[in-house]
Amino acid sequence: MSLKGKAYIAGIYEHPVRKAPNLSTPQIHMESAIGALADAGLTLQDVDAYYCAGDAPGLGPLSMIEYIGLPNVRHMDSTDTGGSSYVLHVEHAAAMIAMGKAKVCLITLAGRPNSEGQATGTAARAFNGAPDEGFEQIFGTTVVNMYAMCAQRHMYEYGTTSEQLAWIKVAASHHAQHNEHALLRKVVTVEDVVNSPMIADPLHRLDCCVITDGGGAIVVVAPEIMKSLSRPRIKLLGAGESPKNILGGKVDLTYSGARWSGPMAFAEAGVKPSDIKYASIYDSFTITVLEQIEDLGFCEKGKGGAFVSDGNLISGVGKLPFNTDGGGLCNNHPANRGGLTKVLEAVRQARGEAHPKVQVPNCDLVLAHGTGGSLGTRHGSATIILERE
Amino acid sequence: MAERQIPAPPINPETQEWWDACKEGKFLIPKDNSNGELFWYPRKNSPLTGSSDISWVEASGKGTIYSHSTLWRADPNYCIAYVTLDEGVTVMSNIVDTDFASVKIGQKVKLVWKNAADGHPVACFTPA
Repeated sequence: MSLKGKAYIAGIYEHPVRKAPNLSTPQIHMESAIGALADAGLTLQDVDAYYCAGDAPGLGPLSMIEYIGLPNVRHMDSTDTGGSSYVLHVEHAAAMIAMGKAKVCLITLAGRPNSEGQATGTAARAFNGAPDEGFEQIFGTTVVNMYAMCAQRHMYEYGTTSEQLAWIKVAASHHAQHNEHALLRKVVTVEDVVNSPMIADPLHRLDCCVITDGGGAIVVVAPEIMKSLSRPRIKLLGAGESPKNILGGKVDLTYSGARWSGPMAFAEAGVKPSDIKYASIYDSFTITVLEQIEDLGFCEKGKGGAFVSDGNLISGVGKLPFNTDGGGLCNNHPANRGGLTKVLEAVRQARGEAHPKVQVPNCDLVLAHGTGGSLGTRHGSATIILERE
Repeated sequence: MAERQIPAPPINPETQEWWDACKEGKFLIPKDNSNGELFWYPRKNSPLTGSSDISWVEASGKGTIYSHSTLWRADPNYCIAYVTLDEGVTVMSNIVDTDFASVKIGQKVKLVWKNAADGHPVACFTPA
């Protein structure tokens, strides 16, 4: 069964908060849910399927469905692949709609790592029984040094440079200057990035995403529901998802699961990378963007450094406008999970509702892609392709 | 120079045998006898075939750095790495007893044991 044309994104909401000392995490889920349903023109009573991931407190969907007040839910899914979860959820929601088991699917995200003072990137995590922990975590794995090893190897194999990686941050900052909610609105240069403090070589401070509170929500609906609403009709054309890991000791850090999720999404959509007008690309770190751009087929493997240079990702300047909200590198990264906000900006672009300074003209075909977990060990990749009808 | 203290390893019934060998100075690589291939990390069923016919191969202790990163933000600094053992599998470890700024991909390294917080030996690597 193909998902092409079987579901639409009818509502989106990005919580404006970036530091929320006076809100609870469930409250941000709730406010985001209300916001996305209002955007679509729907109500809590209309929701018959609910999706959340590991950021949802309590027993996931059971706690949140009760807290939010969703009396008519008959399907729920808490697939957790870290930051990419919400891109997968769009695909899972579309699948339930295609099977006739749901009509209005709500996906929510929220978290407060900023207010809770989490040392997100550089702190080792506590043991939790994962089978790999005695062979990895004891050596001090953190978020940043795992991605750094990917960058180190990509540089070794393909000659990628810190200056090329810096262009990714530069492009994000050009977009963020127009987003009033973005945490970092200052335009930065390549020199700013490579001269910022080294965190885990070769990644500098400005190669890393921001740490923010926040949240958001997405409403995915059946075609017959979309017809009854007044919002632009943003249709799902294709989707793909894949795990990637260390393959029993055959480690290759130069590619991500996008190598598999991307082609699946493009095949289902019946389009090719050069057709895409705008792309939301997961940007936990600059290297994340670079590897995904290659794996999704926007350029040849190993040529990502040249591809992202000289403003090629800046809207109005380059060939592949990306993350026009400022992305995780500048705007926000709620709950340390950036997949949901990737979908939001892709929908804004397809609707023509992005900020006028970054809106891509005639933006009728867009892509959103997420990587969750760790690029350096195991992660979940998810790709969706959307079209304005 | 201060050195990062490796935490006491989390040992469970499945990995006890592997960790016990460390106390005898042996770095064991699990081998899937159904296809003859080595794999990493240690477990009682092969992720390559699902087979429970697993034996151990003692590593020579020689390897090559596949990738590395020093967390300069941490105090003390430490260098994490993937090391490709001469036997073929790539394992995660720390590069120790060297100037971290001089660590390079492709560098030859050898096994060296470091004590974890509870005194348990842990396999690390240093330039050969």
